[in-house]
Amino acid sequence: MNDILEAAAVTETGYDPSIKMSGRDVCVFYGDKQALFDVNLDITTNQVTALIGPSGCGKSTFLRCLNRMNDTISICRVTGNISLDGEDIYDPSIDVVELRARVGMVFQKPNPFPKSIFENVAYGPRIHGLARDKTDLEEIVANSLERAGLFAEVKDRLDEPGTGLSGGQQQRLCIARAIAVNPEVILMDEPCSALDPIATAKVEELIDELREKFTIVIVTHSMQQAARVSQRTAFFHLGILVEEGPTDHIFTNPVDRRTQDYITGRFG
Amino acid sequence: MSDHIVRAYDEDLRVLTYRIGEMGGVAEHLVADAVEALVAGNNEQAQAVIEGDKRIDHIHEEIEEKAILLIAKRQPMALDLREIIAALRISHDLERVGDLAKNIAKRALAIEGALQPKRLVLGVQHMVEITLEQLKAVLDAYANHDDAAAIIVRKRDEEVDAMYTSLFRELLTYMMEDPRNITLCTHLLFCAKNLERIGDHATNVAETVHYIITGHKFSGDRARGDETIAALSDVTPGEK
Repeated sequence: MNDILEAAAVTETGYDPSIKMSGRDVCVFYGDKQALFDVNLDITTNQVTALIGPSGCGKSTFLRCLNRMNDTISICRVTGNISLDGEDIYDPSIDVVELRARVGMVFQKPNPFPKSIFENVAYGPRIHGLARDKTDLEEIVANSLERAGLFAEVKDRLDEPGTGLSGGQQQRLCIARAIAVNPEVILMDEPCSALDPIATAKVEELIDELREKFTIVIVTHSMQQAARVSQRTAFFHLGILVEEGPTDHIFTNPVDRRTQDYITGRFG
Repeated sequence: MSDHIVRAYDEDLRVLTYRIGEMGGVAEHLVADAVEALVAGNNEQAQAVIEGDKRIDHIHEEIEEKAILLIAKRQPMALDLREIIAALRISHDLERVGDLAKNIAKRALAIEGALQPKRLVLGVQHMVEITLEQLKAVLDAYANHDDAAAIIVRKRDEEVDAMYTSLFRELLTYMMEDPRNITLCTHLLFCAKNLERIGDHATNVAETVHYIITGHKFSGDRARGDETIAALSDVTPGEK
């Protein structure tokens, strides 16, 4: 509790480098219906933050606020303040395309473009002008695939369509695509729910490696996955952030009764 | 605490706590019977204790298997996880209590036939009373999830330790008075030590109960009342 208060104090006076992103009094409305109520949550730099909670609790809604994916839904309205490195991401001067390059996203279902493996990864760096020439681009693609733990498996068939890969490989391809533009934060919305246990383990291993360079926020329905991959966990229920803290605490000794009921499988 | 969505999970947990209760009951009986056999020189009773320890070992194995299976099947979290880990720990403590009772019973068989001045065993008899009270109190605390009761048990272990220290001095004195007492007194000393260890296991269980309820360990070391090392240097000056 103390460090949360301290962190809050620092962000009010200025920018605290240990907090990558920060939500203050975040409310989200879909038309008349309010989906999130005054959420205050800090996303710690180079850590994995897991958002858990029953379906419809608002965790994915909150995740999508972090790179303004909710802008694409016309009836959706966001109030409060969300900052990246202390900078308000809902400020009119913010370039949303640039924001989404800094805050990348990986979705529940692997969604490679209907193009070659190479093109899937090369697309982002190309449109953002990150590569000086062809060799540079090839290097970025190889490097991203390598970091996504996929390079060895696909290096001889980069021209083949991305959609021809297995589900687990496709998801790692999407992760490679996300990291190719050198984001600072990666948002993952149930990245393993369509994968088998082996592919899941590979993605989890990858998440653990990626947090050295990136800050990761993951929405997951698997308590075990949240416990395994994250350092901090936030529990949402009915649009309210019920409890947030070190993952080890949340899963062995949660403070709130609702958290306890949910993670132990007692929610009616 | 409300029930799980999966009802079989509740049933599994209930069986686990029930078996711990059963095991605790058997352990209490064995300790009481072992000391009774020792005092009365009743060989049959001592033999029954040695046999009875097998039942404890059996329940211990069963609890361990059930707990491992539960962890594998349900991936328990929070309170459930603490409850299962606690069952494993408590089962281990009670299994040790059974072993210590068995050891007392074996000594009862060993000193059979030795001349037994009643006053020598009085101390051990007195010590078993308080040890059994501790054991019973802590098993109740476990069954009722009563943290306050567990804290009392933990605190009271000092009394068991203090009694052991005084018994140690007493038996040492008897041995010095008459070397013919040495064999008997050495056995009695081990019996007293076993009871003191049983008290420690009751304290372990108390700490586990506290962990189930609060999710925290007891902070700070418990005050230790066993001062037999100091007592030894009192009696035999110059030696450590």
